Amino acid sequence: MKCKGLLSELADYLDEMLDPVLRAEIEEHLAKCKNCRIVVNTTKKTIEIFCNSEPVPLPVDTRERLHSALEKRLRRMQA
Amino acid sequence: MGSPKLNPVAQHPLPSQVVKEDEPRLVAAAQSGDISAFETLVGRYERKIFRLTQNITQNREDAEDAMQEAFLKAFEHLHEFQGNSRFYTWLVRIAVNQALMKLRRRRPNQISLDEEVDTGEDTVPREVEDWGPSPEQRYEQSELSGILSTVIGELDPAFRIVFQLRDIEELSTEETAEALGLSVPAVKSRLLRARLKLRQKLNRYFQRGGNS
Repeated sequence: MKCKGLLSELADYLDEMLDPVLRAEIEEHLAKCKNCRIVVNTTKKTIEIFCNSEPVPLPVDTRERLHSALEKRLRRMQA
Repeated sequence: MGSPKLNPVAQHPLPSQVVKEDEPRLVAAAQSGDISAFETLVGRYERKIFRLTQNITQNREDAEDAMQEAFLKAFEHLHEFQGNSRFYTWLVRIAVNQALMKLRRRRPNQISLDEEVDTGEDTVPREVEDWGPSPEQRYEQSELSGILSTVIGELDPAFRIVFQLRDIEELSTEETAEALGLSVPAVKSRLLRARLKLRQKLNRYFQRGGNS
């Protein structure tokens, strides 16, 4: 496998959805190719960082408007 | 000498695995018209839904409107929720639709998620600087949130939204395809492109000796 071949399988590799033969070929390439290893590891890290990021609290005014709008509309729907 | 160790992507828990035990009860109560049960669900997801609508629309006012409309629609249509998917996934689909409507209204000629997009050669990474361990720890939490928001905002919407649903909201590839009216291969190719572009954009913050 070459670098470009690895790239075309990268999404499934990262999601652990590759069949074992292809996976072994990728890992063999990664063991030899430092650049691809960095790309794979930093792409994994990219996903982790986004996935683990906590959403920031809602701004107070946004939250107040949301709950006020909900209360008004929901109570109207219930009436 | 052994080959360098590759760490698998951390298996973050899917929302279905972190759903609080009381969620089915809250959903059932809300379906019977219990407003306070629904408000509890809103409180649980409002931050995530706002981040979702903000990341899709890239506009604070639109994001707020889309979030409000999403929760209201969810309540109105709650009787249609059969429990076949996670409540959160169902809510995300509603919020995505509301956010996309806002985005299309504001930029009618730019947003066509179902068109073919170029996922070509520029995905081949050119910069291969390593980041070192835990590069995100170089930043305060609020600073990191700002960085992530900036880099995701720089992506083309067609890629940004797929990444948002698949890797941040943790929908499956199939759920993402269904929510956006795309084929599974289209989701996969856009996801790869989005991941590589984000990696490249984060390089400027995270590479060893970078802008820390």
